[in-house]
Amino acid sequence: MSAPVLRLTGITKRFGPLVANDAISLELHSGEVLALLGENGAGKSTLVSILFGHYTADEGQIEIFGQPLAPGNPRLALAAGIGMVHQHFTLADNLSVLDNVMLGSEPLWQLFSRRSAARTRLLEVARRFGLPVAPDAKVGSLSVGERQRVEILKALYRGARILILDEPTAVLTPQESEDLFKTLGQMVAQDLSIIFISHKLGEVLRVSHRVAVLRGGKLVAEAPASGTSQAQLAQWMVGHAVTATQRRPAQSPGQAVCALNNVSTAGAGRGQLDGVSLQLKAGEVVAIAGVSGNGQLALAELLCGTRAASLGEITFLGQPMKASPAWLVTQGVARIPEDRHGVGVVGDLNVWENAVSERLRSPAFSKALWVKRQAAQAHAGRILREFDVRGGGPHTPARSLSGGNMQKLILGRALVAPSTETTASQSPKLIIAHQPTWGLDIGAVAYVQQQLIAARDAGAAVLVISDDLDEVLALGDRVAVMHAGRLTQALPAEAWTREAIGLAMAGVHDETTAGVSA
Amino acid sequence: MRLEKRTQTSKLALLLAPMAAIAFTLLVSSLLVLWAGAPLGQTYALLFKGGFGSVFALSETLTRAVPLILTGLAATVAFKARLFNIGAEGQLYAGALAAVAVGGLHGGTGFDLPIWLLFVLMMLAAAIAGALLLLGPALLKARLGVDEVVTTLLLNFIMLLFVSAMLDGPMKDPTAMGWPQSVALQGDLELSKLVAQTRIHTGLIWACSLAVALWALMKYTVPGFDIRATGANARAAAFAGVPVTRTVVLVAVLSGALAGLAGAIEVAGRTSYVTLDMSPGYGYTGIVIAMLAALNPMGVLAAAVFVAGVLVGADTMSRAVGVPTYIADVIVAASLISVLVATLMTQYRVVWRRKP
Repeated sequence: MSAPVLRLTGITKRFGPLVANDAISLELHSGEVLALLGENGAGKSTLVSILFGHYTADEGQIEIFGQPLAPGNPRLALAAGIGMVHQHFTLADNLSVLDNVMLGSEPLWQLFSRRSAARTRLLEVARRFGLPVAPDAKVGSLSVGERQRVEILKALYRGARILILDEPTAVLTPQESEDLFKTLGQMVAQDLSIIFISHKLGEVLRVSHRVAVLRGGKLVAEAPASGTSQAQLAQWMVGHAVTATQRRPAQSPGQAVCALNNVSTAGAGRGQLDGVSLQLKAGEVVAIAGVSGNGQLALAELLCGTRAASLGEITFLGQPMKASPAWLVTQGVARIPEDRHGVGVVGDLNVWENAVSERLRSPAFSKALWVKRQAAQAHAGRILREFDVRGGGPHTPARSLSGGNMQKLILGRALVAPSTETTASQSPKLIIAHQPTWGLDIGAVAYVQQQLIAARDAGAAVLVISDDLDEVLALGDRVAVMHAGRLTQALPAEAWTREAIGLAMAGVHDETTAGVSA
Repeated sequence: MRLEKRTQTSKLALLLAPMAAIAFTLLVSSLLVLWAGAPLGQTYALLFKGGFGSVFALSETLTRAVPLILTGLAATVAFKARLFNIGAEGQLYAGALAAVAVGGLHGGTGFDLPIWLLFVLMMLAAAIAGALLLLGPALLKARLGVDEVVTTLLLNFIMLLFVSAMLDGPMKDPTAMGWPQSVALQGDLELSKLVAQTRIHTGLIWACSLAVALWALMKYTVPGFDIRATGANARAAAFAGVPVTRTVVLVAVLSGALAGLAGAIEVAGRTSYVTLDMSPGYGYTGIVIAMLAALNPMGVLAAAVFVAGVLVGADTMSRAVGVPTYIADVIVAASLISVLVATLMTQYRVVWRRKP
């Protein structure tokens, strides 16, 4: 085998007592796709940040094409041929594709921009790697898949020979992902090397030659992709055998709990709702698939009471639904927002305060505006116990909880009503869960999903909005797809194929769904 | 160089941080004292003696601390909710004018009321005047997103000009021989002295009680939770059902009322009439005090006494060794900056990036 293009030797990085990378040694060969697999917090991001010069390793060396790479300098990493495509794009929406590609690659003290030369070069790179692109299109007008293509081109334009892709499929439809995989194939055929970071087992096996698995900062396994299986990879990732969430089919759903009738929201862009109708019934999970940014946030905010509809009506148990979080909580609506840190909890306040924040005005936790601290803290303690929230007691700031524990806290807050409450809000009637497992490790994912299923079995109507197709199919009794603010009919999960969902996510749905529903 | 978040803060760092802040403050002010050519030890000794060294010095310091505590509390409650009220100075004058309007115009006899009721009305009027002055900017912020820093700051100048107009017009003291000052408060309305032969008055008890009340409000009540949640993360607070707009209005009323009371208590406790220089920037110093106290109402008490002591002590020291009183401003400013930096350093550490 040829000499490695990239060699990491004994990379160690500590953050205080936390060892984020523990003596990791890896090699990457020319024309190879290496998948870097691991749960959140396993050390993937730290490792590539060291490679790209954002962090300096405490110990260990990096060699590129046989030359040592000086640590802690992204410019040198770029010059050595490392290109990085971040999960969140770093493009200027109001500039053209060409401008974005040229941005930062031209010297500052140069009187005239060499646009025509750059254009020729860009088109040449695009042709060579099979990445068709319109140089003069504004990035803001491109789809997510096209923007990712621009990001990749940007790296290749700068002469990258080693490409790092951080969770590249997280924002793509299944079809766009397929296109990306084809592109990766073309790139490695031209002797580029690729590090592919992911936590989706299926695509890792599909796209990579070799898989390296990180767990708790250590490299726990390295294997050729052809010689391993999803179950094996999952076991390496988590450290023990994993069973997927078992979904029992719903009993026959009960009465309609919540109904949207031709609802639209006002505002600019494709993130607004455009005539959405949906019925949520007791004892049933409706899951909504779609590429994020197509109106899911507007839908979630409507049903969480933080936004009002501009057109159409929403009813809850036969009465008009008020756009008021406080009202919804008293009516038994459990809400799990997408953005844990920004919306779910107030990070600077203590865990116990966050645990009761939704119900602070209920007589269980306050009397004449005085907070009943003992009752509130007891309730918080109950949530921490029942939902197994670790990593902080009631008196630590909520900010210090990990993502999984924070989500358990939010889940517990939403699902557990104070025991003294005798009103009808004892158990939730409706659960709105937006990206409930985003960024969680496998254990926490299974826990959260099981809680949602359990609530469904207890008679709640559940709405799950997720970017993750696997999650949609794992949870949804009925599935609908969102695109550009419009929602397809919610059909039984069995009536959908992955391909049909993918097409609907891309907006090509009219004929196909008609076929499916027949 | 850049800042990297510390994963944990050691107990030692928490202990050392305030000491380092004090050391830095002393260093900066010492350099200026030396520059002025004054003996260092004597200067500091005089400064301390002038502020805290005798019953008289202490009484002067506490007298000066009263309005500072109140404006400090006004800034504390507002900043806690991220309503950046820079207008306490104007609100203080609004309160002072309102107090005189109720308790001074027509010799205070225009209202045929028992004196206790007149006193209550006077304080109430001052609180309402201060609150109203901040309510406009708060509503503009909540409804239209207008930056309250600009509006409250500019209102200070409008208010000062308004005071000037009143002192030359309807509230002019005809016996002051053209001096711009308002009519005096009716004598019965003045606050009684705490210690004979000093200027310290019962306003100190008012200020301390209000600090305790605000502390309890923030810690033990639902509105207190609303204020803290709104300030820390307004989106998350709204999601949890906190009435964010109503909370901002409540905060504006509280903050403006505290600053207005500062004006009324200054008039009733010390000056007995309004002049254009009755506040040497108490409203602005209140912001410094709130920051020094890390927005803790009880901390405001200590910070206000410290700042007042430095200001009062600097007067004495200046007369004796000829260092300008501005050294007091330097000490207060340097202490604020060093406390803020020291607090930051307990959470972050500086990483010097090696040049490749």
